[in-house]
Amino acid sequence: MPSNPQNILQVQNLSKSFLGVKALDNIQFDLRKGEVHALMGENGAGKSTFMKILMGLLKPDSGEIIFEGEILKSNSVHENLRKGISMIHQEILVVPELTVAQNIFLGRETNYRSWLNDKAINQKAQEILDLIGVKINAQTKIKNLSIAEKQMVEISKAISNNAKVIIMDEPTSALTDNEVTMLLKIIKDLKAKGVAIIYISHKMDEIYEITDRITVLRDGQYIATKNTNELDKNALIALMVGREINDLFPVNNSKKGERIFSVENLSTKGKFENINFEIKAGEVLGIAGLMGAGRTEIARAIFGLDKYDSGEIILKGNKVEIKSPEDAIRNGIGYVSEDRKALGFIPALSIKDNISLSSLANFSKAWFVNSSHEHEAATQLSKDLKIKSTSINQKVMTLSGGNQQKVVIGKVLLTSPTLVILDEPTRGIDIGAKFEIYKLINQLTDKGIAVIMISSELPEILGMSDRIMVLSKGKQTALLSKHEATQEKIMQYAVN
Amino acid sequence: MLNRLRQYGIFVVFIIICLILSFISPQFLTVSNWTIIITQASINALLAFGVTFVIITGGIDLSLGSMVAVTGVTAAMLAHPDTFPVALPIFAGLLAGLLMGVFNGFIITKSKIAPFIVTLGTMTIGRGLALILSKGRPISNLSDSFNFIGGGEVLGIPFPIIVLIIIFTICSITLKKTLLGRYIYAVGGNEQAARASGINVNQVKMAVYSISGLLAGLAGVLLTSRITTGQPNAGAGFELDAIAAAVIGGTSTSGGTGTMTGTLVGVLLIGVINNGLDLLNVTSYYQQVVMGIIIIGAVVLDSWNQKKD
Repeated sequence: MPSNPQNILQVQNLSKSFLGVKALDNIQFDLRKGEVHALMGENGAGKSTFMKILMGLLKPDSGEIIFEGEILKSNSVHENLRKGISMIHQEILVVPELTVAQNIFLGRETNYRSWLNDKAINQKAQEILDLIGVKINAQTKIKNLSIAEKQMVEISKAISNNAKVIIMDEPTSALTDNEVTMLLKIIKDLKAKGVAIIYISHKMDEIYEITDRITVLRDGQYIATKNTNELDKNALIALMVGREINDLFPVNNSKKGERIFSVENLSTKGKFENINFEIKAGEVLGIAGLMGAGRTEIARAIFGLDKYDSGEIILKGNKVEIKSPEDAIRNGIGYVSEDRKALGFIPALSIKDNISLSSLANFSKAWFVNSSHEHEAATQLSKDLKIKSTSINQKVMTLSGGNQQKVVIGKVLLTSPTLVILDEPTRGIDIGAKFEIYKLINQLTDKGIAVIMISSELPEILGMSDRIMVLSKGKQTALLSKHEATQEKIMQYAVN
Repeated sequence: MLNRLRQYGIFVVFIIICLILSFISPQFLTVSNWTIIITQASINALLAFGVTFVIITGGIDLSLGSMVAVTGVTAAMLAHPDTFPVALPIFAGLLAGLLMGVFNGFIITKSKIAPFIVTLGTMTIGRGLALILSKGRPISNLSDSFNFIGGGEVLGIPFPIIVLIIIFTICSITLKKTLLGRYIYAVGGNEQAARASGINVNQVKMAVYSISGLLAGLAGVLLTSRITTGQPNAGAGFELDAIAAAVIGGTSTSGGTGTMTGTLVGVLLIGVINNGLDLLNVTSYYQQVVMGIIIIGAVVLDSWNQKKD
């Protein structure tokens, strides 16, 4: 196939296998100058492998990458970077103790004389920051920046590299709405300057706002490339999952029982104050609010990860004192953290070991773990939750994000909780797995478990909650019923 | 096949080295030589088992050698003939080790200071205590029954080897089959997640440093009995051999992985190499160089294996 001169990047018949399993099978892809091209697919579709090959981190088994009319043969990240292919990572890779300028020029300091010359790089870095319109001082240490600002630093780094292709992997997953707006504006500017962008995201709104074309991968196969304005949301989802999902949120008909949990005047100085709510058995209480509104902080306090200053936690009519996660679990409270990697699981342990971790004492007699009981329980849960794996002895670090999340939920379920707090339960998870998590939430409430769901995705909050608590700057600004809540109302209370 | 071999990397290296040595030196593959190897390795083994627990939690214990000295001197002071029954010096030695381990664990969990620093401190404190207790002099003239622990035999098997087998079995079962074992891996694999899973992380850390201290106490008693003297300068540098054995055996210093069998192979490998170089009349200066190369080689091999995964 002759390469189109319009294309800065053209990928032909790219394949890659790991231990005999095809991760990528005959991938076709082309990228035009000045275009934003979405790469879509569920977790495990092969997006990461594909990006790693483009970066030069992995070598393809077969196929060609043509970059600016020449076959790209290198398999070193450094060389690809030099040629103009940069990536903004999902997990940001900046060095916290260095300044913004030092990070932007990390590894390339010698371009500005053989001795380190902070003055020159400060000036150069500031120019780039100003160019993209971010208000960051080049001499600030990275550790003092927000996640969004760190991301801007990464983008500046790519620009300073004269990047012609920038790969963005879930760049908005940790940003607030304002920051997202700012990022999207920067992307539009880059595009106008002729930079081509490969954009990976699970957030539909963004995809439709900024991308020109969409390429869909599924199970390592190339499915289709379409113009964004010719592909509607449902058709896109159908391409990604290989089937139609008409209703994103499964219907919940759980019976509501008695009040089983309440919080009275819960306060922690500087984080949240005077929080009051109650929750009945079988109910889903959604907590909405902007980033930094105190949602996760409240969850952490209830679960005993952080101390709270004052207020009461009442469980089944009794005041309980929760000083550690141990206390919380003993009292029937489970927590699925927003930060799966840091708080969710032990990567080097198996699915079984992770699932049983919080309830291991129940599977033990006098110190010794009853491994056959443990094995049985973990196998059952793994089946119920549809965890995709070769066996329950597979290490959790080798699973996809959605399956890791299911392992964490499985661990919580095995403690037989009466209240489960789900903090951003579908963050970074593809649509198919999201739907399964929603169904799971309904199964929990069917069993009479009360669920608190914290989420930044308003459709999810509206679709799943019976009642919605809105927070703004640590204060409770509204408690809405399912019927009175709308996206607009929630936003109003959230920015209050 | 090759993958299989890699999985047991250090084990294969161990067998190959044994084969080579048995070709070069006819004495190598004899019962009496192996009895010597294992008896000599037994003290390092006890320390290495203890420190394996610690390293899997992501910690380190540099005070092992000093604990050997303190506990050895403590036992020796109570082990003169016709004073106390032999159980007393043994018990006192173990207790001294346990207390020092508890002290390590207490400071580490309460102060949140890095274990490296805390145990570096107790290493120095311990050495000082051993010199204070013994007034800087070796304590000899120990009872026969005490000297049996390190020098005696049961059914022709040296007593230290029996101790080694028993302790290995207990440690191995603890790590594989008990709640504590699982929690040790969890804390080392991701401390935050372990805490959020309801594990009392501080308790787990207290446990591993206490076990490490207790086993150092046992090693101290064994050593004192074997050399029939309480030496305040004994055990210097032992912690490094123990850590090396654990690391050679596949315990990652970043925590979360490791096995007792691996550590045992690490201990035996160090023992076999020292013994082999002795048989080949290599001077001890060169032995140290070889040992260093092997430690680095083992870790390189291990990280290479992990990349292949």
